[in-house]
Order: sequence, then C-alpha cells, then structure tokens
Amino acid sequence: MATIRVQEADFDIGAEFAALTAGRSDIGGIGCFVGTVRDHAGGRRIEAMTLEHYPAMTGPALGRIVAEAERRWSLLGCTVIHRVGRLRPGENIVLVLAAAPHRQAALDAAGFLIDFLKTRAPFWKKETFAETGEEAWVEAREGDDAAAARWQSG
Amino acid sequence: MQTPDTRTLKILYFAWLRERTRVAEEEVSVPGSVASVGALIEWLSARSPGHRAAFANRRTVRCAVNQDFADLATPLASGDEVAFFPPVTGG
Repeated sequence: MATIRVQEADFDIGAEFAALTAGRSDIGGIGCFVGTVRDHAGGRRIEAMTLEHYPAMTGPALGRIVAEAERRWSLLGCTVIHRVGRLRPGENIVLVLAAAPHRQAALDAAGFLIDFLKTRAPFWKKETFAETGEEAWVEAREGDDAAAARWQSG
Repeated sequence: MQTPDTRTLKILYFAWLRERTRVAEEEVSVPGSVASVGALIEWLSARSPGHRAAFANRRTVRCAVNQDFADLATPLASGDEVAFFPPVTGG
C-alpha cells in the first residue's frame, strides 16, 4: 500500500522510513530521493520557491506513476510526498521512497518515480530572486524529458 | 439557455497562464463547432487580450481534460473540465 501525500508542511524522513518498514522483514533495500530548494538559479540568488499544483489532478497523476513503478519493480512499499506553497532555500520539496527485495529494483524504482513525477505530475515552481524580489516561473528542462524517456525502453 | 448546439465547459488556468488570463477558473458555453482542445484554444484566445497572450505560444501550453493529459485533437463533451498550464516543473 503506497503513501502519497501533497502538503504544505515539511516531512520527517526518518518517520517516513519507519512507517514504510514498520512490522516488516521482507524488504531488502529502500531507494530514497529527497529534492530540496537550491539557493541559486542561473547565477542569481533565490529568496524563495513557491510551488502550486492542480489539486484535482495531482492525486490521480501521482497514483498512476506509483502504480506503474509498483508493477515494473514489484515494490514492497512506496512513499511519495510533495510539498506545495512558499519554501525557502534548504527546505525539503519532495520525498520518494521505494522498498523492494533487492538493491537494484529499489534504486531504479526511486529514479523512475522522481523522473516521472518531474514530467507527469501537475506541479509548477516559481522562483523569487533575492536581489530584486522579481519572480519567474521555472521553465521545464529538456533534460527532464530525456530522463523520463530513458525508462520507456526499460 | 444551453441549446443542443453548445457545450458547457469548466476551464482552469495554472501558473503563468492564470497570470495572463487573470482568471483561475471560468465556465464557458462554446458553439458546437468547438469540439476539440485545439478548437477550444482558438475560441478562448478571442476572449480577451490576456487570453490571447496566454495562448500566444502554443508550444509552451499543456492541457488536461478531466484531470488526464490531453492534446490538441482530444474531443470535448459538455461538462468536461479542461485545464491549461505550462509544462510541469515539480520534483
């Protein structure tokens, strides 16, 4: 049973590990990715990052991505938590945990989950620059599509 | 009054599309000829200068119909929820 949450509050990585593994001894490895707010972009200092999403679509979209990972890697458990709202540099944005019997499946599933989340889940980031207070929407990177595409043949 | 020749749609805008249209959500009645996402974009573009600006560069606009990714050819039915947004940048 996967845990999928979208929230303004921070998450506790240790608590999420504990919840994922509670009462189980069949897990051989947990792949983990944590995305955090960088304090610079294109040589400029970032004051804050504001994340918005499409609430009615986010849950179903994350559910589809998680279901695909569970199917491809026979996961024993999975956690995806994505924050929204105004975040400061250094704060957590996203947590992905993928539990599997073996190392490679856990690592690959975690990679797949974050790559697909970046290209298939309806979240948008806006950066506020420190010097001027100017705001700009983050543009999607072609590299993100390429990262997601490498899983197509797998 | 809605005639059989029109369909009512709920339109949502996110990120810079919302900032350009200056509206997060609107309900529209479109003529029967507006039967696909592509035709809807043409129709919405004529609503205001802000809408025109939002849809000016089609390459940077993505769409979902009833919370699922759609493309220009996706057909529309009365009652559909159609969302327009930039390419996603989460994670």
